[in-house]
Amino acid sequence: MRNLTLSTVLTSALLISAPLLSLNVFAQTEMGDMSGDMAGDKMQPQGGDAPKNARDPHAYANGTTLTQGPYALADGERLTLADEYKFYAILGDRLEYNEQADAAVFDLQAWYGTTFNRLVIKTEGDVSYGKLEENQTDILWGHAISAYWDTQVGIRYDYYKEGKNRQWLAFGIQGLAPYWFELDMTAYVGESGNTAFTAEAEYELLLTQRLIIQPRAEITFYGKDDEQNELGSGLSSTAIGVRVRYEFTRQFAPYVGVEWTNKFGSTADYAKLNEQSSNDTEFVAGLRFWF
Amino acid sequence: MRIKNPLHQVSTPRRRFVQGVIAGGVLAAFPSVLHAASSLIAGTSTGTAPELSGEVIDLVIDESPVNFTGVVRMATTINGSIPAPTLRLREGDDVTIRVTNKLSVPSSIHWHGIILPYQMDGVPGISFKGIMPGETFVYKFKLQQSGTYWYHSHSGFQEMTGMYGALIIEPREKDIISADNEHVILLSDWTDDDPMELFRKLKIQGDVFNFNQPTVPEFFDDIATSGVANALQRREMWNQMRMSPTDLADLSASAMTYLMNGTAPMANWRGLFKAGEKVRLRFINGSSNTFFDVRIPELKLTVVQADGQNVEPVTVDEFRFGPGETYDVLVEPKNDAYTIFAQSMDRSGYAKGTLSVAANIDAPVPALDPVEWLAMRDMMGNMDHSAMPGMDHSAMGHASMDKTSMDQGAMDHSTMDHGAMAMDHSTMDHGAMAMDHSKHNMGKNPLAVPSQKVRHAKTEYGASIDMRVDTPRTNLDDPGIGLRNNGRRVLTLADLRSLDGIVDHQAPEAEIELHLTGNMERYSWSFDGLEFGKSTPVHMKHNQRVRVILQNDTMMTHPMHLHGMWSDLENDQGDVLVRRHTIMVQPAQRISFLTTPHDLGRWAWHCHLLFHMDAGMFREVVVS
Repeated sequence: MRNLTLSTVLTSALLISAPLLSLNVFAQTEMGDMSGDMAGDKMQPQGGDAPKNARDPHAYANGTTLTQGPYALADGERLTLADEYKFYAILGDRLEYNEQADAAVFDLQAWYGTTFNRLVIKTEGDVSYGKLEENQTDILWGHAISAYWDTQVGIRYDYYKEGKNRQWLAFGIQGLAPYWFELDMTAYVGESGNTAFTAEAEYELLLTQRLIIQPRAEITFYGKDDEQNELGSGLSSTAIGVRVRYEFTRQFAPYVGVEWTNKFGSTADYAKLNEQSSNDTEFVAGLRFWF
Repeated sequence: MRIKNPLHQVSTPRRRFVQGVIAGGVLAAFPSVLHAASSLIAGTSTGTAPELSGEVIDLVIDESPVNFTGVVRMATTINGSIPAPTLRLREGDDVTIRVTNKLSVPSSIHWHGIILPYQMDGVPGISFKGIMPGETFVYKFKLQQSGTYWYHSHSGFQEMTGMYGALIIEPREKDIISADNEHVILLSDWTDDDPMELFRKLKIQGDVFNFNQPTVPEFFDDIATSGVANALQRREMWNQMRMSPTDLADLSASAMTYLMNGTAPMANWRGLFKAGEKVRLRFINGSSNTFFDVRIPELKLTVVQADGQNVEPVTVDEFRFGPGETYDVLVEPKNDAYTIFAQSMDRSGYAKGTLSVAANIDAPVPALDPVEWLAMRDMMGNMDHSAMPGMDHSAMGHASMDKTSMDQGAMDHSTMDHGAMAMDHSTMDHGAMAMDHSKHNMGKNPLAVPSQKVRHAKTEYGASIDMRVDTPRTNLDDPGIGLRNNGRRVLTLADLRSLDGIVDHQAPEAEIELHLTGNMERYSWSFDGLEFGKSTPVHMKHNQRVRVILQNDTMMTHPMHLHGMWSDLENDQGDVLVRRHTIMVQPAQRISFLTTPHDLGRWAWHCHLLFHMDAGMFREVVVS
């Protein structure tokens, strides 16, 4: 930890505290006690637990269902609306090129399913000189647990061109924290007892309805050293970026940006052994899209 | 239709929106990309709809190409026109309407606001199986009412792609509304996109069509004018709750073109009148997803009918109506030309037409009103609950609300169950208080006044809900966001009074409370946090007068349409005001209406914003 500058300390502190603060959110106490006492009941416009005497939404059914009871259609036929349909999305958060390194980065997410239960695939990787250098793919089952949060459970597969591929079990949470921070945090349990934790946070500032600044931060920890892939235990790396995009449509937005990456601890030592820098500033140009 | 100057006086909107092509209908040449289908030679006819009348009507549902924006798209149409033919029928007649489906998918027609046997109501999956491709379904029913209504498909998004038309029922006796001339003005919205694709986009990003979102420069402007503390405070609640203060319409003009009688704004629908005439305008909101704020600058609108039911005349400058609602107004034009201006609630665009004495005279088109942020009352309702009329806390005293004293009181659970059908324990407390009154005080019906105690469903605490309102507002005199204090006299629900003899003043025997709920981020809409697929029906006893309380726990306005029976809107004091078939419920508002289900069967009950309905804000009602 000898090369830590003040700014990297602050950056790390911020990145670590953001997810911790948002843990509060999972307890669903987000908007408690907003305007004091109301006949003894706390005002809580979001989240929370149902009081014991909360109304039963089926109390008026009197034994009828959509297919049973008087005047139901024959053969169990009933109306089906879009709440029972499945939808899909493919979201390209970053598809960018870094001229200095002659490297491309991709960061894509896709989902398929209903409003509350989805198959989620996330894939992120680097392509250098036309070859895939590294890739991390998560295949997850996403389940809505509250207004703005989904749990995500599944597997992750890491590919390294030089190094050893890894497989992990993934346990994550993704959603929107108060003040519109988009968070994505996942803990991993891998082979030979290794563990990992990654967190990503994004925010959007609208300069106009179409010109948007997006700060972004990412942090990675490992439980053990992974010598073959040159990753050290503890805080391994951070990336902080700012991108400015123009939404020609909501679904098609080219951007330019800058990203600062830092490696720490043994990960930084490995980099130095390879005569690589542990701190980089990169200018990027890319495309954000979804369909 | 000749237009003097198509660009004449179109004041620059805040943003450009698709105002459509000058000539509606279809151009001679179609791109070859159109699906080849047998009956596509003829395009869709648009503009003032043809009229059909009599006791036997034939309607044919088919696909036909249409061009509203410069691009040819396939529409689903009834008898090849948008709007569908205006049906002019007569009260008391037994009508037979034969509907043939030439589409490749099932279809249906629902007669909006008409009292009829449930098998004739036209909701696939509830009243019947739907009209299969190639099939002819025969609707037969007796018209028991008169007034302005409409009809539309109740299958998928067919309504959105062109299947809507006016349904006018002439009174058997002389119409008490006298006018020299009349026009149907059916407002709608059109998209060149596949509606399901728009719906999917909203599932991915709930604010995808909102181009009036708060920006950083606005924030600095606010700081400059009101200081940092105020600027932050104005945003705090929104940001904390992750809700947008400008979330006024899911589909803005960025996706929709607003039509007046099947005519885009640039094409300028025209209704003619002769000097000195009193003109009746039958306004119908036949749009899929758009609230319109309607006015005719320089002309007073005397509202004489709401949802087909005559009301005491009330003169206003402007009214807002949501999908499903109708208003008949009388106007007495003095000028040679007027613009009928119907801006969308989110101020992203408008439908417009001209009322004039001749085909070549136009009037100026007003600018769109500025976009307003939703106010605190749209989020929290009535924060000052001590001032809430009818709020029981102060009147009753807190001690009497104490559960213990309640249990010790002379409360008889079996009586309660009898008196207040299907009420759970939490109502019991409230009911018990009223009961207490009835036994020991004034002997009043416990249900004389709608209950004010907010009872959230236990399913309102999960992922399908992004907010709940604990202190709803119950006043009906709020014109709603964007219309408050705009210098014009705007119609509110509190202004409406059905004429004597229309509404039923019988007291209710039961009370049903349901909350309108949703989650904009997930684009999920529901009653009580349960989307339709997870819901159970609401059972109503045949011929029993029942009160329905609808509380809006969302920040959007919902036009709630109950099929098969009237909704007699009351105020928070239990005074019945007006008979409706579709009632607009504003954000954080709690309204109530009384209904007597005279017709047995299963009925649909839903938000008439088509996307909210399809997302799950839909319940079935069983009357037995």
